[in-house]
Amino acid sequence: MSNRYVFIYASVMVIVVALVLSTAATLLRPLQERNMRIEKMQNILSTIGIPAPRAEAIELFEQYITETKVLNHLGEEVEGDAFEVDLQDENRKPVEERQLPLFIADVEGELYYIIPVRGNGLWGAIWGYLSFKGDLNTIAGANFDHASETPGLGAEIADPPFEQQFLGKRIFDDDGDFRSVRVVRGGAPADDPHAVDGISGGTITSNGVTAMLRDGLQVYKPYFEKQKTL
Amino acid sequence: MSENNSAPKETLFSPRNKKLLSEPIGTSNPITVQVLGICSVLAVTVQLRASLVLAIAVVAVMGSANVIISLLRHGIPPRIRIIVQLTVIASLVILVDQVLKAFVYDVSRQLSVFVGLIITNCIIMGRLEAFALQNKVWPSFLDGVGNAAGYGSILILLAAIREFFGSGTLMGYQMIPNFVYDIGYVDNGFMILPPMALITVGIIIWIHRHRDRSLVDVS
Repeated sequence: MSNRYVFIYASVMVIVVALVLSTAATLLRPLQERNMRIEKMQNILSTIGIPAPRAEAIELFEQYITETKVLNHLGEEVEGDAFEVDLQDENRKPVEERQLPLFIADVEGELYYIIPVRGNGLWGAIWGYLSFKGDLNTIAGANFDHASETPGLGAEIADPPFEQQFLGKRIFDDDGDFRSVRVVRGGAPADDPHAVDGISGGTITSNGVTAMLRDGLQVYKPYFEKQKTL
Repeated sequence: MSENNSAPKETLFSPRNKKLLSEPIGTSNPITVQVLGICSVLAVTVQLRASLVLAIAVVAVMGSANVIISLLRHGIPPRIRIIVQLTVIASLVILVDQVLKAFVYDVSRQLSVFVGLIITNCIIMGRLEAFALQNKVWPSFLDGVGNAAGYGSILILLAAIREFFGSGTLMGYQMIPNFVYDIGYVDNGFMILPPMALITVGIIIWIHRHRDRSLVDVS
């Protein structure tokens, strides 16, 4: 078989494969996006302790999330749909231009403020949702996920034992200064309200979580302070 | 085609064709006899549901890959045949991954990288290279499905054992009644960890060889 034949064969094969795959991707896109939206709702609901089965996620989300806001870096409300804000794009912009999504949930009269965060782990993106109690300081729930961290090591940030450590931690100290919550290698002191235990073998992912929380939460400080003085 | 003239006409399920389907499930099982594709077997067999989906995915990929390669076998330039095989497998796997993401999203999350890793499952390329390139479409299809079923059956058996003893459930439904736990029974957490999968595969291989002495290597 001549080289010519080999080249033509390979080219035709690549074109056919590309056509088939792009058609499939385009046709299935709406269904996949719907699934991702539902997963996002499930993750947000889980931070306020509402377990949401797939089938009921949309309904429960509408029931509990009473208000969504998009804020700017000064803590002012701006136009936009909080649910559609893509943090991956926002984090690339300078702080002044960022859109900051905020979800407010009402669980039996108690208000919770839910903030999405996104950062980098060892191999790829990590992201999560944190819910704050009405004092805008104490964490009521945390949910993390990752794109491709190592199972058994960095991937454990998405497991409940890691997430539950965040309950009751505070992001401001008694003087009102922003302290965030650090993930500490080798274990955090038991009485430190601004630190949790890191993951053995997952230090880079743990540091990624620390950075994600610090960068992702401090931009909300102006809004939090405004709310507290009201 | 020359093969059609020389070979006598065979029925769809002639004894020879049936053997193509049954042999990989038993005496030439890809996992317990050829010990191929172990990586995914150890990783995804914690729960029956995920294993079942992966088994179906592998059957679909392998059956179709064997058919496609067999259809193309006279045209594939031998020098790039491995690339052609990989392209076919990879495209099918991407298709499967997209379909899973659209219709069973949670299972797709659970299987994560292992759907993509079907591409590197040596059983699939092994069958393309060893069988589909030399054989007609129907026998190739049977060979693909047979080998995938051989792989899948072990996957499912293993997952059932591990989920039952590790979590006390099957397909997520509780199987061990509460009074057994009240007596003091505890789920064996070790079953959920990968090493136990290896040990369980070993035990399955042992039983398989004990029942079929022809598999025992006496050299």
